[in-house]
Amino acid sequence: MTVETKLTVTAEDVRSFSEAQSEPSWLTELRERALADVENLPMAKPDKTNIEKWNFTEFPSLLVESAPFASLEDLPAEVKAIVDIEGQQNIYIQRNNTPAFLQLSEDLAAQGVILTDIHTAAREHSELVQKYFMTEGVEVNQHKLTSLHAALVNGGVFVYVPKNVVVEEPIQAIFLHDNEDASLFNHVLVVAEANSSVTYVENYLSTMEEAKGQANIISEVIVNDNAKVTYGAVDVLAKGLTTYVNRRGILHRDATIDWALGLMNDSDTISENITYLKGDGSHADAKSVVVGRGEQSQNFTTEVRHWGKASNGYILTHAVMKDAARAIFNGIGKIEHGATKADAEQESRVLMLSKDARGDANPILLIEEDDVTAGHAASVGRVDPVQLYYLMSRGISKTEAERLVIHGFLAPVVNKLPIEGVKKQLTEVIERKVR
Amino acid sequence: MSTLVIKDLHVEIEGKEILKGVNLSLNTNEVHAIMGPNGTGKSTLASAIMGHPKYEVTSGSITLDGEDVLAMEVDERAKAGLFLAMQYPSEISGVTNADFMRSAINAKRGEGNEISLMKFIRELDEKMDYLEMPEEMGQRYLNEGFSGGEKKRNEILQLMMLKPKFGILDEIDSGLDIDALKVVSKGINAMRGEGFGCLMITHYQRLLNYITPDHVHVMMQGRVVKSGGEELAQRLEAEGYDWVKQELGIEDEEETTGQEA
Repeated sequence: MTVETKLTVTAEDVRSFSEAQSEPSWLTELRERALADVENLPMAKPDKTNIEKWNFTEFPSLLVESAPFASLEDLPAEVKAIVDIEGQQNIYIQRNNTPAFLQLSEDLAAQGVILTDIHTAAREHSELVQKYFMTEGVEVNQHKLTSLHAALVNGGVFVYVPKNVVVEEPIQAIFLHDNEDASLFNHVLVVAEANSSVTYVENYLSTMEEAKGQANIISEVIVNDNAKVTYGAVDVLAKGLTTYVNRRGILHRDATIDWALGLMNDSDTISENITYLKGDGSHADAKSVVVGRGEQSQNFTTEVRHWGKASNGYILTHAVMKDAARAIFNGIGKIEHGATKADAEQESRVLMLSKDARGDANPILLIEEDDVTAGHAASVGRVDPVQLYYLMSRGISKTEAERLVIHGFLAPVVNKLPIEGVKKQLTEVIERKVR
Repeated sequence: MSTLVIKDLHVEIEGKEILKGVNLSLNTNEVHAIMGPNGTGKSTLASAIMGHPKYEVTSGSITLDGEDVLAMEVDERAKAGLFLAMQYPSEISGVTNADFMRSAINAKRGEGNEISLMKFIRELDEKMDYLEMPEEMGQRYLNEGFSGGEKKRNEILQLMMLKPKFGILDEIDSGLDIDALKVVSKGINAMRGEGFGCLMITHYQRLLNYITPDHVHVMMQGRVVKSGGEELAQRLEAEGYDWVKQELGIEDEEETTGQEA
């Protein structure tokens, strides 16, 4: 396989970009090394999806300047709809590549909680960022896309919760994409220190029909001993914005992560959600829902890898495919040698709404230890006519019955989202997409 | 008064004829019971009236106050006033019982005439209380993980909330213990009266101890072969079906005419 790499960005560009952000030297150097490696690294190989023709390397601009927002009142209507203007205390809004609004409650700041854009974080919390930035989680040199990401990071957010701090209110991040030339090389770094707890909810939101750039997004979530992170996301990126999004969780002893991902891009997308259960007794619940439509091609991998003894991983993927959309759903439960009493469960279900759509569910269990439990369920099918009959027999029209079944099918993630506006938004996006 | 008339109804499932000319007429303010051995087409009749996608009506007619029921979609039949309490209600994940019932009520009432949330909740609470259903069942997903008894109660709850002209109850008594049977019967009896007619399908006379039918029909080999009053049910309970067969000269068929769906 040959994937042509025509990078429009030079080492000089990367250096001057880094310097313009006044980044610490370790990060400038990391970027330079990563860029140099892009050429020689293999392309990402999402299972069963051919991405040879996907454009991951050419894009109009690395940095699009956008106007920030003076207050939440100034947000465009689409963004206002997902923010509780009165109640949301902790929020970061990025507009294309510009940190556009930031608010953190005094109380949390006093407890040492950090919420800031990734550039500021690199400057002001250099040691912390250096400790976690592509070290424990995603490797810079995993493949072309990860190294390209490391070289070109042009946005993202840093969330840090110190030891023993429990953040009650959710922290919200919104990545508004309203310039068709913008590309999002966002890096999200969430670190929950021992015994802490935090809920983070992010939105990727394109407000145009079609875009030209690309998104190469990596989230790393480090959950230290006995900490708990709830990570919600709703991705609604526009057609044309070729997307690679990699959300990685690293869990230490007795740590917990709950992922609730609403993956609603209209773009061709590779989405990975991989959790490493490194610590004994750690627990991951990885739920995602997808709606594929139009002619888009997507590849979703949800993986939980167990090293910790008595670690539990639960994967749920529910997807609805319509029009001529194609998607592959890989669910992987991997139990390493020594992870005794681990439990790896998964469920992948695909609902086909059109005969031209394609959806393949691939449940995979890789087990290197005897004393474990594991299971999987996978299905690809149409809306059950007997279910429709039942609902219709109560006077509900066929269209409404289908709508109920589909929303119900995607409810596992909708119901998990902790911010009311975001929950409502996902419901509306689903409504719009399946109509 | 409303009337549901079934004339010479023939129904096939997957090419096999199950109903071979059923005639039946019921009015509101009447309770009819259909009894008969297994595999004689009782449940097929119920499913055909409601319009189950697997059942094909090959000839005959069903009319509700003169309107052609067979020409209606399933939801239109419901809106016209028919209700089927199913033997095996579907489970719908992610849709709460309460939301579902509100959608159903509003579908019937039509746009612009939706039931107010307060009124709906009050009515739901009241009916659930009557059927001794715990409040949390309103927030559970529709029939998901319900026990057999809970599903049957939930069917009767829907019957009470939707207030159809005709309720068809397909083996509502199967799998119920005596306490649940009493509660379910209480719900059905509460519906009895002006403006409500009922067609109960059952194997057992037991149900009829709690809901006294006005008319009893016996189905065999895809037809209604004998009709009578409550005393007919009692005789069937005491003596079984053989005397009916002898009286009418019905021979057992080589194979059963079909499975109860």
